[in-house]
Amino acid sequence: MLRRRWVDALVVVVVVVAFVLAPQAYSNETLLFQMMVYIALSQGVNILYGFTGYLPFGYVGFFGIGAYGASLLMLHLSWPPILALLGGGAIAVLLGLLLSPLLRLSGAYFAIASLAASQAVYLIVSNPSLQNVTYGPYGIQLVSQFNPTLSYYVMVAILALTVAVVLYIRRSRFGTALQAMRDDPVSAAMAGVPVVRQRTFAWMISAAIAGVVGGAFAWQTSVFYPDAVFSLSISIFAIVFTLFGGAGTLLGPLFGTVVLYGMYNTIGISDPQYFQLIYGLLIILLVLFLPDGAASLLKRRGTHVL
Amino acid sequence: MLYALIAGVLFGLYYALIGLGLNLTFGVLRMVNLAHGDFVMIGGFAAVTAFSAWHLHPLWSLVLAAVLIFAVGIGLYYVLVPRIATTKDPEMISLVLFFGLSQVIEALAVMQFGNNTQSIYEPVFGKAPINILGQPFPAVWVVSGLVSLLALLLVYLYLYRTRIGYSTRAVMASREEAEVSGISVHKVSAIAFAIGLGLAAAAGALAPFMLGGITPDLGVGLTVTAFAVIVLGSLGNPLGTVAGGLIYGIALMLMQTYLPSWSALLPYLLLLLVLLIKPSGLFGRQVRSA
Repeated sequence: MLRRRWVDALVVVVVVVAFVLAPQAYSNETLLFQMMVYIALSQGVNILYGFTGYLPFGYVGFFGIGAYGASLLMLHLSWPPILALLGGGAIAVLLGLLLSPLLRLSGAYFAIASLAASQAVYLIVSNPSLQNVTYGPYGIQLVSQFNPTLSYYVMVAILALTVAVVLYIRRSRFGTALQAMRDDPVSAAMAGVPVVRQRTFAWMISAAIAGVVGGAFAWQTSVFYPDAVFSLSISIFAIVFTLFGGAGTLLGPLFGTVVLYGMYNTIGISDPQYFQLIYGLLIILLVLFLPDGAASLLKRRGTHVL
Repeated sequence: MLYALIAGVLFGLYYALIGLGLNLTFGVLRMVNLAHGDFVMIGGFAAVTAFSAWHLHPLWSLVLAAVLIFAVGIGLYYVLVPRIATTKDPEMISLVLFFGLSQVIEALAVMQFGNNTQSIYEPVFGKAPINILGQPFPAVWVVSGLVSLLALLLVYLYLYRTRIGYSTRAVMASREEAEVSGISVHKVSAIAFAIGLGLAAAAGALAPFMLGGITPDLGVGLTVTAFAVIVLGSLGNPLGTVAGGLIYGIALMLMQTYLPSWSALLPYLLLLLVLLIKPSGLFGRQVRSA
């Protein structure tokens, strides 16, 4: 038990040290920042999909509302950035609460309903009629708060926290309960797991992560249009990174993000359509031949994957 | 008001056509084909290309595209579906799989046709508007409505008046029981899947007119719209899809008339409302859990 805690602490420390030192070795700080964003988002998807079996196609809704929530708190109420990020997370949790009835749906219904919800939020936020509140389709400018260095380290902290939360869930009764009801909700309920409450709780944790990360993204980027933070590809990236590495593990999504997002940055920027092609083929091959992710290669040999 | 209602009916029939193929696929396979909208897009580009290259009338392209995509669909089914049907969570895995397919199609379409909106600007269906109840409508709307109606009728006849259609409905009701009673489930499903894609391509051939143009990134939005339409109606029944399409079409036209800036929200809101209030549509199977 004690050894496990040391392993967990070690993982968090390694992640933190890696990203604190990375800018020394590699000068493209924006890329590193976005990689952290995607690792955190993948872990958020992981909490939901890996542990409860719900596939949130509309996960980007929380990211976007977090980005907007944090930005508008800075612009309208002039909150200091870090407080505003937490505010963005809180707004995302509120949205999660509002959307929690979606969890009554199963399987594909949930996936598509959540996608519809995220697009609805996007269309509301970007609607020209709300220009006075959200600046509508014209986007956000946070130039006065722009602080790439500080926002980078804040993101490292958010990432560390996210990793710690996933580790906690993996080890705790809570995580076991979630996995039990993913596999068989009726039996889990019979065994005394408060199914609906625990599932909603996981959903809100996941929403909070996306919200805070969205806020951090807005702060770092500082000038963006609504479609940049509500783009469906953000959800999809996070989902594919998670699946590629292996849902339900901690290292799987981390590995998936580093590999695939790295690949995206080597070929994706210059030739987006070729990247999209390769990416789509990769998804198809992955699903056909390795549906449980890269982690399953190790698991098959009997290695335990954290 | 009357104008919006009639236009709503015409567009509703068209949206029913878009949804119908998805409904067929879902009913038979219990999988949502997230690439459905991309096949509509392919049909659209086929019509535009055939028109600009050989001046082929869009209605001929419609038939051609439907037949070609039907053939592609049979092949696609045997490559993709049997393999994932055996995995732990086919419903989820298939979502991801078809999403990958949709990405591939979109990327290929961008490479082939570029990112610009393409359409057919010549009045191939005649310039004169057609009057219905004293209101003038563009001829192409009426033609699309009629074509959609015909396609819906054909699917209905297929499902209810042919032997293989009878088997298809048996598979929809229960895959296992159909298999046990000697129905070749894969054959039936492959045909249903291919018909679904063929219908999407057929709808696509009219899309340059009904949706105002074709772009490679049309797919996802159309898939969601189609899903909204079939959930509104019900799953596995072409008549339900027609009802869903009509409700959607009329609601869309009313929104565009009275609240134009919010009309893009409609498919998403309708979908959420129906899923939360009555997820089985007008009549259908249990979809909620816990």
